Amino acid sequence: MSTLHTINKSPYTNNVINSCLKICAGNDAILFLEDGVFSATESAPAASELQLLINEGVKVFALINDIKARGLEEKLARNIQPIDYDAFVQLTIDHRCVQSWY
Amino acid sequence: MIFSLAVYSAPYSSQASYSAYQFSLALLNQGHKLHRIFFYQDGVHNATNLAAPPQDEFNLQQSWQALAKQHNLDLVVCIAAGLRRGILDSGEANRYDKPSYNIAEEFTISGLGQLIEAAAVSDRLISFGN
Amino acid sequence: MQKKILLISRHAPYGNSTAREALDTALAASVYDQDISVLFMDDGIFQLLKNQHSQFINQKNIASTIPALSLYGIENIYAHQNSLTERAIGIEELILDDIKILSNDDVKILLTEQDHVLSF
Repeated sequence: MSTLHTINKSPYTNNVINSCLKICAGNDAILFLEDGVFSATESAPAASELQLLINEGVKVFALINDIKARGLEEKLARNIQPIDYDAFVQLTIDHRCVQSWY
Repeated sequence: MIFSLAVYSAPYSSQASYSAYQFSLALLNQGHKLHRIFFYQDGVHNATNLAAPPQDEFNLQQSWQALAKQHNLDLVVCIAAGLRRGILDSGEANRYDKPSYNIAEEFTISGLGQLIEAAAVSDRLISFGN
Repeated sequence: MQKKILLISRHAPYGNSTAREALDTALAASVYDQDISVLFMDDGIFQLLKNQHSQFINQKNIASTIPALSLYGIENIYAHQNSLTERAIGIEELILDDIKILSNDDVKILLTEQDHVLSF
């Protein structure tokens, strides 16, 4: 069964995204929330590594309220889907385990 | 589907408790069951009844209480983590000879085993940490 | 009902309470007849170093508690190879000489086998 990875730390101050990317499997999903949404921009530090995983089938999401709150709506990378809390709940149903990276 | 949540961060200091609250709202609105929310580490501060944030700010402690009342939720504070951080019920205040207690209504104090029991009976366990 | 639960411990000891409280959780879990595994990765690896003298900062020694995991019946204790390599830590520096070392792919497989992950 697959895993949902949630990340709530900025990639500029915390290496958590790189740890997550190393053990994220092809049918897993990643959700950026809180300060994690700073990873959801086109110019984010791990953007190219993230793209490689997306090409392998990993789905990547970001919580829309956290994006809007931080003024990032216009900067959101095209391959990352903005979602609300209802969709967050659905992601935790679609994937059996949730690993929270914090 | 049966959910349980583990909340590890203090309200106000970090956003994670608020995220857990919004997640709880969403899953309950979808008709899922929320078996337990377990407050551990700095998450125990969610249970104080002494927080007095400004009127124009979101009051997370009160919001937890209202949600618990509405949905008959089991809000459990880890006893060991709570004692270390000064979150006490009347029983613990008596036991340790403290002048007062401060656990908010709707929260109960219990052991770390309640987190594991929640995992055992729930389909999903989601951690909110900082 | 018995579930497969993986506790992932990713934080260094002492600087904050996460490592200690993760370990307490693992020990508590062992009482509940669940199938518990523990994975140390990222800075969680530092919990496993020998020669910790936490009395200098008035804290209980984490490294001396870790061997209790197997006494409590938790047999599956893992360390993440990549996290060791990044921190230039050899297996001979770890307090558990029989700890199982997992590659990135091993961790991916381990995750697929679980009912729950406890993230610390």
